[in-house]
Amino acid sequence: MATLAEPIPASLAAPRPRTKIVPVQGLPVVAAVIIGLTVAIATNSQWALDFFHVVGGGLWTGIDLFLGLVLGPILGTMSIPSRIELSGRLMPKLLLIMPTLVTMTLGSGFQLARKLGNLSASYPQHGWLVASYIVVGVMAVIALGLLEPANIAVLFEMRKPEPNVARIGKLMRVFIYTAGITGLMQIATLVIMTKLASS
Amino acid sequence: MASYEHAHHPPAADERPMPPIQQLGGATLVLVVAGGIYTAAHLPRHVPQGPTIGLLAAACVLLAVNIILLARIENFAWSSFRLVAGWVFAAYIIIAGMLEYVFIYDDTRGSQLVILTAMLAVFAVNIPLLLGFSVARFQDP
Repeated sequence: MATLAEPIPASLAAPRPRTKIVPVQGLPVVAAVIIGLTVAIATNSQWALDFFHVVGGGLWTGIDLFLGLVLGPILGTMSIPSRIELSGRLMPKLLLIMPTLVTMTLGSGFQLARKLGNLSASYPQHGWLVASYIVVGVMAVIALGLLEPANIAVLFEMRKPEPNVARIGKLMRVFIYTAGITGLMQIATLVIMTKLASS
Repeated sequence: MASYEHAHHPPAADERPMPPIQQLGGATLVLVVAGGIYTAAHLPRHVPQGPTIGLLAAACVLLAVNIILLARIENFAWSSFRLVAGWVFAAYIIIAGMLEYVFIYDDTRGSQLVILTAMLAVFAVNIPLLLGFSVARFQDP
């Protein structure tokens, strides 16, 4: 099997800093965002809900597009040790950033739609709103069912004294493809959201 | 060559056949998300409960089967599984708690609230199971 045959590159066999799974210094920022979001929903403040939805959604879409359509293809052409080096620094940060942005965007977006009466079936653009739920639902299944498991498994593999390079390569392919798919789906989100905002 | 090696050494962590935990976890996720989309598409009006209860029941069955299959794996890296699943569960309790708060705050009551809460519970158990398994399957027991 390839997993047994693949030699470990010297750059990986040499002593290297232990890969962090969760960058703990980022946790206070996440806590601040969650508290801010809770306050925005509790006070039903139009500005605060707009802020969390627009900022969260813009960053989520931008990062997904960048990862899927720019960084992903670049990663695919890099040598496996280089990919490991980059992803060892990038993935722990994404582990905090992405769920926070998703919670921020969806929590404030749902509350905003409710406050503005957009959830009602009589809302003229209700079909577009349901389409956005479907797009987000498909992205959630891809991200939680494939992308995130591959991401965490890579991080744990890299913490081993002798990481299995073939396994990391295989898992990273899953990460690159799923990031590409969610990146493309974000284009659909952009179309739907600009359609809703301009109606 | 490979069979010769297997005859003399215990197989590496990811060479052992594993039950379809990841596939069942993915299917559970699809059912819960579909139920969530169906509910959100009807809110704030009354949501027809037949389809949501059907999706929820199917998700519960798949989750239960997955837990049983997982518990029956021999020589599994349970410490790695507990480490990952525990922390992910803590994170998802916060996310599920946020969503529950929004439902209650928006006056969702009665059987609709019970169904949504059950969906969140399935979600909050399924994701840690999925992520814990994804890591532990590649770790040595």
